[in-house]
Amino acid sequence: MSTPVPRQSLGEWLISEQPASRNQARLGQIWRTWVLFSGNRLGMIGLGIVVLLVLVAIFANVIAPYDPLLGGDLRTERLLPPSWDHLMGTDDLARDIFSRVVHGARLTLLVVALVAIIATPIGLLVGTVSGYFGGWVDTLLMRITDIFLAFPRLILALAFVAALGPGIENAIIAIAITSWPPYARLARAETLTIRNAEHIDAIRLQGASAPRIIWGHVVPLCLSSVIIRVTLDMAGIILTAAGLGFLGLGAQPPQPEWGAMIAGGRRFIIDYWWVATMPGIAIFAVSLGFNLLGDGLRDVLDPKAEK
Amino acid sequence: MSTATSLAEGRPRALPAILGKAIRLLATIAVTIFGLLVVTFLIGRVVPVDPVLAVVGDRASQSTYDKAFVELGLDRPLYVQFGLYVEKAVTGDFGESLLTKKPIIEDIARAFPATLELATVAILIGTLFGIPVGVWAAVRQGKLVDQVVRIIGLMGYSAPIFWLGLLGLLLFYAKWGIVAGPGRIDISYEYAFTPTTGLFLIDTAMQGQWAAFRNVVSHIALPAALLGYFSMAYIARMTRSFMLNELAQEYVVTARVKGVAEWRIIWVHALRNAAVPLVTVITLSYASLLEGSVLTETVFAWPGLGQYLTNSLQNADMNAVLGGTLLIGIIFVGLNLLSDFLYTVLDPRVRRRS
Repeated sequence: MSTPVPRQSLGEWLISEQPASRNQARLGQIWRTWVLFSGNRLGMIGLGIVVLLVLVAIFANVIAPYDPLLGGDLRTERLLPPSWDHLMGTDDLARDIFSRVVHGARLTLLVVALVAIIATPIGLLVGTVSGYFGGWVDTLLMRITDIFLAFPRLILALAFVAALGPGIENAIIAIAITSWPPYARLARAETLTIRNAEHIDAIRLQGASAPRIIWGHVVPLCLSSVIIRVTLDMAGIILTAAGLGFLGLGAQPPQPEWGAMIAGGRRFIIDYWWVATMPGIAIFAVSLGFNLLGDGLRDVLDPKAEK
Repeated sequence: MSTATSLAEGRPRALPAILGKAIRLLATIAVTIFGLLVVTFLIGRVVPVDPVLAVVGDRASQSTYDKAFVELGLDRPLYVQFGLYVEKAVTGDFGESLLTKKPIIEDIARAFPATLELATVAILIGTLFGIPVGVWAAVRQGKLVDQVVRIIGLMGYSAPIFWLGLLGLLLFYAKWGIVAGPGRIDISYEYAFTPTTGLFLIDTAMQGQWAAFRNVVSHIALPAALLGYFSMAYIARMTRSFMLNELAQEYVVTARVKGVAEWRIIWVHALRNAAVPLVTVITLSYASLLEGSVLTETVFAWPGLGQYLTNSLQNADMNAVLGGTLLIGIIFVGLNLLSDFLYTVLDPRVRRRS
């Protein structure tokens, strides 16, 4: 990174009209986006929730007062209502629900991160290749995409988990398999407009190969809209993962996965409401956070989109 | 044909255009359903459950096992197996359920009306509330009402439906006793009428069993309201955005200048134009109710397709799972294409262009 010119504040350096380096231009762009985004109150609340989720996941060991897997005394500490000792009460195995919810943040974050890491490149690859080459490649790839889009997402994920066997890893794979088609559609639409741009013609005339053009010049331009879409989808990913967990097809006990915890508390909901209610509040808060963040990002980065 | 005659015969020409569109749609359906078959077939092949053991049981002798292996066609090449699979699927034969020992198609036929009834009541609730709320939010854009509608919508997008269902059962059924509990109907009413259509609301009403009818209503109210809330959130949001678009058009200004009453401009002029894309939205959200029903039916012990699917899953009954998945996929495709088609038929601009 180049050092700022003397007598220029950091803020001035960031919004300089004549950036001296590529890094300065990039950082300046990020700064401008941030200034716009920070004016969006709901978006900031969403960001706050997501940051909190990440912090809770990182420091779960420090925050959680009890062990998430080992319960207390089964004779005296089962199904205790919320109190100062147990903020969210205890479950039927005398485990502290608050500690389990805190540790569950790790699983939720793991699911969201892995699904994004698996599904985004697949979607980008299929979409850009399809849009760049056109013709029968496009027809074939888009037909396959449409077939995946033809299944309701949860149902297809259910069928995949049934085939692969229950477990959090397979749930992640199943959700990723069902998540990429919208990204491919989006990347294709973007590529169709980018492909005929003059700078792409110029690169092609210089003899760049198709993979080089796609990877180096098309993908970076598609990235921002796909990232917004992925962020908007994250709430849906969390809800699908929780749904699979609730049906007993995601994370297996005793893992503190929020959906599975709700399923565990379902049997005694009438007498011990907190067991199923508390993890639900966590799912609700986190997916609300991702929804607000995604809406805010879209407003800032994609002004064309419907508000 | 010259431009002059085609203009003169503008209407008669619209029909072949729709026919052409319909044929193209049918081709798309065929390709997509073929794809659905490939996907379900492949899923069925990678299952760790041995399909032969599932039929003969794990105590069968080697010769029985081998016989069943050949009978199931597992000794043939994969493409022949796929051909057999397609052939059977086309005739509605998805094999036998391990759980109920009946053909899958019979099981599904019995479960489907329950899901259909739930989804239909839910979409009615979603539409009846969603459209007025969306119109209201659009008219008062940026005001308190608009914000409240937005927050209600966001909550619908963020809350896990199975959790809301459990809380609903806890409050409305267990604590306050306003509605009936899980299931479609109380056992005491189950034999009070003959299920001719399988839609209990219609069956009981037609046979004049009003006590049973009230019981059915009491059972369906909570799950339908819950699913209806989720489709309401979506319908209201889309109505708002379509209405904002329409209210900014010049014909609205013209109508105002002419002195047309404001309610008439909103509810007659603008809403009528927004109705075309809304039909698409409602059809799509009807399709997505099938998906939402999997979790809802599990929570409410609703004997529909979703519950059948999850029950089969938990018992590793792969035939049933794949049959159910395929059927839901086909309904989904059908409704998607229907919404496309309705859009073409209803919107004169799209119709003329094609």
